[in-house]
Amino acid sequence: MNFIDNPRKLRGFEKHVRVEKVSRRSILKGLGITGGFVLAAPVMSRQALAYETGAGKMPHGVVVDPRVFVSVAPDGIVTIVGHRSEMGTGVRTSLPLIVAEEMEADWSRVKVQQAHGDEVKFGNQDTDGSRSTRHYLMPMRQIGASARTMLEQAAAKRWGVPATEVKAVNHEVVHSASGRKLGFGELAADAAKESVPSIEGLKLKDPKDFRYLTKGQVGMVDLHDITTGKARYGADVRLPGMKYAVIARPPVTGGTLVSFDPDAALKVPGVEKVMKVQGWPWPSKFQPLGGVAVIARNTGAAIKGRDALKLVWDDGPNGKYDSVAYRKELEEASRKPGLVLRKEGDADAALKGADKVIVGEYYVPHLAHVAMEPPVAVADVKGDKAEIWAPVQSPGGTREDVAKTLGIPEGNVTVNVTLLGGGFGRKSKCDFALEAALLSKELGAPVKVQWTREDDIHNGFLHTVSVERIEAGLDKSGKVIAWRHRSVAPSIASTFAAGTVHQAPFEIGMGLVDMPFEIANISCENPEAAAHTRIGWFRSVSNIPRAFAVQSMVGEIAQATGRDQKDMLLELIGSPRIVKPNVKDLWNYGEPQDSYPIDTARLRKVVELVAEKGGWGRQVPKGHGLGIAVHRSFVSYIATIVEVAVDDKGKLTVPRVDTAIDCGTYVNPERIASQIEGAAIMGLSLVKYGEISFKEGKVQQKNFDDFQVVRIDESPVVTNVYIVPPGPDTPPSGVGEPGVPPFAPALINAIFAATGKRIRSLPIGKQLEA
Amino acid sequence: MIKVKINGQEQSWDGDPDLPLLWFLRDEAGLTGTKYGCGQALCGACTVIVDKEAVRACVTSVNDVAGREVTTIEGLHPNGDHPVQKAWRQLNVPQCGFCQAGQIVQAAALLMDNPKPSHDQIREAMSGNICRCGCYQRIENAVHLASTGV
Ligand code: FES
Ligand code: FES
Repeated sequence: MNFIDNPRKLRGFEKHVRVEKVSRRSILKGLGITGGFVLAAPVMSRQALAYETGAGKMPHGVVVDPRVFVSVAPDGIVTIVGHRSEMGTGVRTSLPLIVAEEMEADWSRVKVQQAHGDEVKFGNQDTDGSRSTRHYLMPMRQIGASARTMLEQAAAKRWGVPATEVKAVNHEVVHSASGRKLGFGELAADAAKESVPSIEGLKLKDPKDFRYLTKGQVGMVDLHDITTGKARYGADVRLPGMKYAVIARPPVTGGTLVSFDPDAALKVPGVEKVMKVQGWPWPSKFQPLGGVAVIARNTGAAIKGRDALKLVWDDGPNGKYDSVAYRKELEEASRKPGLVLRKEGDADAALKGADKVIVGEYYVPHLAHVAMEPPVAVADVKGDKAEIWAPVQSPGGTREDVAKTLGIPEGNVTVNVTLLGGGFGRKSKCDFALEAALLSKELGAPVKVQWTREDDIHNGFLHTVSVERIEAGLDKSGKVIAWRHRSVAPSIASTFAAGTVHQAPFEIGMGLVDMPFEIANISCENPEAAAHTRIGWFRSVSNIPRAFAVQSMVGEIAQATGRDQKDMLLELIGSPRIVKPNVKDLWNYGEPQDSYPIDTARLRKVVELVAEKGGWGRQVPKGHGLGIAVHRSFVSYIATIVEVAVDDKGKLTVPRVDTAIDCGTYVNPERIASQIEGAAIMGLSLVKYGEISFKEGKVQQKNFDDFQVVRIDESPVVTNVYIVPPGPDTPPSGVGEPGVPPFAPALINAIFAATGKRIRSLPIGKQLEA
Repeated sequence: MIKVKINGQEQSWDGDPDLPLLWFLRDEAGLTGTKYGCGQALCGACTVIVDKEAVRACVTSVNDVAGREVTTIEGLHPNGDHPVQKAWRQLNVPQCGFCQAGQIVQAAALLMDNPKPSHDQIREAMSGNICRCGCYQRIENAVHLASTGV
């Protein structure tokens, strides 16, 4: 077995573990900071943190140091570092906003500075797993409170009054007894000399005094630039003397170049050079596939040159990969017992003795991310130094991998993070930056590697392909007494280690073994499946097929027993309780069970809230139907109701979507709504069209004509979002990904309500037309 | 030598006349606001206005626009205060923002042609512009806002 409990372990996690053991002092020395402090979260006391998260267990943990994140200029401008990657969630605004809130800075006098990739300095920077607010709400508050305290101390000293008598208010410190005031800018130099207060002694603001947090009134810092074309994405970086490159890569994963003829390409106006690109054997994590690069004076010439290349490939071991045949393999595997991951009671016996058994086999094909900005990177390698500009979700990992690939020290690599034109997990893999680095080194000039949309679809790291088979056993009264769920899908771990046939804990923990229903006999199994292409994280990952299967099955049980879907759902969830599945080392999105248990009271609550607000049970016109689904993922709870309309030709439209989310303590309700609105569109895209298929080892789709995504004229007419108000101590949880999983099953259940047709295979394609 | 006016400025090109306008704008003229998303007129990320019409710069050659006037996102309004841009900011339309230059230019072209489009007309006119982040509800409302002031 090849189980990996934290995906980032796959990029040399051992090293990070060692970093955590380094004493504080030597880290400080290494950074050249005196008087600052750098902590990994586990060292923080529970009291200081209020709740514990898995942040400290991430590579390089958390850095809580105002000197790293905040600077105040004499003119009063406060610069706050955003150390996560902005791909549309608003994180480049929301994390600095938390700091500004706590330090009483006036947001109109705050500048945000994007951190380059340096996890020793900034702490973990992997912008994935819906973790940014979850892991950084409290550290950012502490950083802001530290900065505020230092400013207050400096003012108190200047006036010779006790620090308890002064207070920072809206960008200045005031001494109300004497009516004196000093602006942050006037205090900057003195405050910098103050020692950084201990975390334990910090006084955090009372949430009722928040000016920005939870209000949703602050737009993204990049909003003006985005609307005027000034925002800089990876593709927009231009350096003097920069060359433009596109690369012809092996069409089959694991294929290699046999020969190539550059002559015709070299005749294309603007083409300057044709060269081989080093490739790594499959699987090699994020290392480039290799191929042939065309170097030109602009991207258009490079693309035209590539079209003119004559290439001969050896397709290698995956040359026979065929999606039709592979689906049969998965289905057959799902019908036989697999590795048992969770066992409670005796599901096999209970299924045998059941009055009725309902069986569903649910299929979800490979999916491509197709972020609007295809992969792109600029590299400038000079001697043993490299500088990268790229839209990457993991600048720290990129830095490590560039250093390793070029054989230079990590300290010689600078990774500048641009805005990301969408990420969805694709840009957690830095292969495109590595390609640029290799080419720049060889050319001795800065180079931009631009992936075309076809490259993105042909050579990506796809969402897995899966069969989820669920058997539910009912007794005479219609109560569910047995649940056997077999999940068969190639694992993301196969991209890191050859021979992987089982899913990793972080995959099985996404809706398989953490299934929350109150059922006496449960078996969750994982039969083997081998990968034949590169599999990677795709927004919400294994939760997509799992929620689709589990929540469709709820609909099927309701259908078989003549029950209301929502009532059936609540009955299966059962009593309000903490679910403790009988699973060894249950993976919980990297979070401790204490702060983030599987809480069915919260699960029920989002179902009840969406049912109430979304008008569950309302009369809908003929041909319309309502469907509901709920799913816990990224330690958040989300329920969705979809209203669908299906006309007599089988064409579907979505008049209305209602979603309730409980993501604990939150920062910006406006961005939460926008993430959920977007998740509905992504969910609708994958239900209607989402399919990447292989024939003879090659992806059969190429662009937005045959890998379609939803457009505005077919998007839901309205999506309503309801946010559950958090309890006083509810820790923050994920937002970016959890909106996706419940959408598909809610829509599929709605389609059943509208038409009586049960869809078990995605995408729908022509299934409703018959 | 091809001459073309871009955002009011005369530009010239003596390279491959078939070069897609998109790459001329981005790589040769340094106007990177116009984006590449598909190269096949499928996504609208590269939308610019030629004379008074929205076109996809990825399938339009430099030669096609010889002697004509091209407006990109950078030239829509000197301060970025075109009613469409303002409405976009008011409703916090963008997520990642990568599609938004194309969306805004398309919407501006729509309003030149039809100052008061219905919701159905907005949906139809904007259907060539993909937003993978899924900002459609806000895009529709922002076009409506820009056209009506409410
Ligand atoms: S890049 Fe031109 S339409 Fe997509
Ligand atoms: S905002 Fe990201 S693609 Fe539209």
